[in-house]
Amino acid sequence: MESPLPLQSLRVGGAELLFDGVKEHQVTLPSQSEPWDMKQLLVWIQRNLLKERPELFVQGDSVRPGILVLINDADWELMGELEYQLQDQDNVVFISTLHGG
Amino acid sequence: MCQVDEDYNGQLDRDEVLSFSKKCVKCKEATAVLVIRAGDMFCSGCFKEYFVHKFRAMLGKNRIIFPGERVLLAVSGGPSSCSMLNQVQEGLSQNAHKKLRFIPGIVYIDEGGALGLSVEERQRTVDELQSMFKATGFPYHILPLEEVFDLPSSVLEESSPSSEQPDITYKAAVDHFIQTNRNCYLSPEKQADLTGLNIQESHTHSLQQIFGSIKTLTAKEDLLQTLRQHLLVHTARSKGYSKLMLGDNCTRLAVKLLASISLGRGAQLAIDTGFSDLRYGDIITVRPMRDYSAKEVSFYNHMYNVPSVFIPTLDTKTTDKASVLRLTESFVTKLQAHFPSTVSTIYRLVGIINLLYMYICEWFSMFIVCVCVGGGLGLVVYKQGGIVCGQKSLEKHLYCYSCLRLTSFL
Repeated sequence: MESPLPLQSLRVGGAELLFDGVKEHQVTLPSQSEPWDMKQLLVWIQRNLLKERPELFVQGDSVRPGILVLINDADWELMGELEYQLQDQDNVVFISTLHGG
Repeated sequence: MCQVDEDYNGQLDRDEVLSFSKKCVKCKEATAVLVIRAGDMFCSGCFKEYFVHKFRAMLGKNRIIFPGERVLLAVSGGPSSCSMLNQVQEGLSQNAHKKLRFIPGIVYIDEGGALGLSVEERQRTVDELQSMFKATGFPYHILPLEEVFDLPSSVLEESSPSSEQPDITYKAAVDHFIQTNRNCYLSPEKQADLTGLNIQESHTHSLQQIFGSIKTLTAKEDLLQTLRQHLLVHTARSKGYSKLMLGDNCTRLAVKLLASISLGRGAQLAIDTGFSDLRYGDIITVRPMRDYSAKEVSFYNHMYNVPSVFIPTLDTKTTDKASVLRLTESFVTKLQAHFPSTVSTIYRLVGIINLLYMYICEWFSMFIVCVCVGGGLGLVVYKQGGIVCGQKSLEKHLYCYSCLRLTSFL
């Protein structure tokens, strides 16, 4: 993709303490030659949005077990998980299931 | 040219596989949006039906709540308890299919004192929750954890159950309940006890001192859980509720089960993780969310805009090995990621243990702190009276192994 990729929104639920308390982020991913996929998005988030304790959000290549990922309100397991290629105006939501009852 | 074609075919195959597997397993028409267990894909509509039906079925199947009974919902602000509150609201609404027929109230216990949060932070959380509770229209009670210091010592005794033999039929039990409660019906309180938190500073200080003196996070979590439970039961008793509903979900209970074994609470597994908990006698605790995994709850809350409030607890932002509970949680969730039947397998153990428990509880005496029954492993210890009753004299108490270890940290 040659042009920057704006996402409609990127939300974190239950994990906002790691993002300076901000739940919703408007993100435009910078342009690059290959299409953006979820794996690269996670790396980007770790570098640019995560303010502290990256190990509580990201584990290796993927998210920490216990964090539910929704792309356009659908489970990412149905979309290919890390291989899913991001489209223009996608909604990405991360929900931590490890907290609260 | 050939190479380009090969790549293109590969891409097509992959897309076909993905789109083929995306239909809802129930209606087989709409696109699936969620995977629950391995291979179970639901569309949004079917998932909602499944979620709502499970709640009603759980209450209907267990037949423990009578029509017109006052039930206290313990809401912590977290996703599971807020989901439970939402389900109760839906179930009581006029147009509900098989409408629920009990009278709910809500209780929230502010634990900020034990966590060292400032009064402003606590008040902010309480305000947020209060607006959420007001929107439901149910009576609500907001209490600071500091109120444990005002609990009477009777909270540690088993009260006699309000109903008679447990083996009478449900219909007979309902009739008996209606007859005994006809003359003492109280109109539900419409207003909260207080608009703001009514905290005594000296109590906050004592609470912080107690928690500060505990060396391990495991012991702190255990103590917090015990104090919270006692306060919930006492609130239910003093406000005239006969049932207490807790929002523990399946994942949380599976973690609790394994952690309890590690902490020496194996004898109490059945009542700590089962659907109903009869240890307090007059107040029966039920866990209607116990069949829902954390993933199902989170997804439902997101899709149907169920409000919840994020409140930090003792183990927020701690490492994996900070406490037994954290380590167990990390272990179970990691295993669950690769083996999707982990949680349900652990959880099925509870049903088996429950059967064994029913036989042993008649013969043994009750432990003072966890108010559980057990034998053999209990130790009679002469100790200064516990925190809850605030008595200073030396008294003879019966402690289970786990609670004895906990009190040694105080």
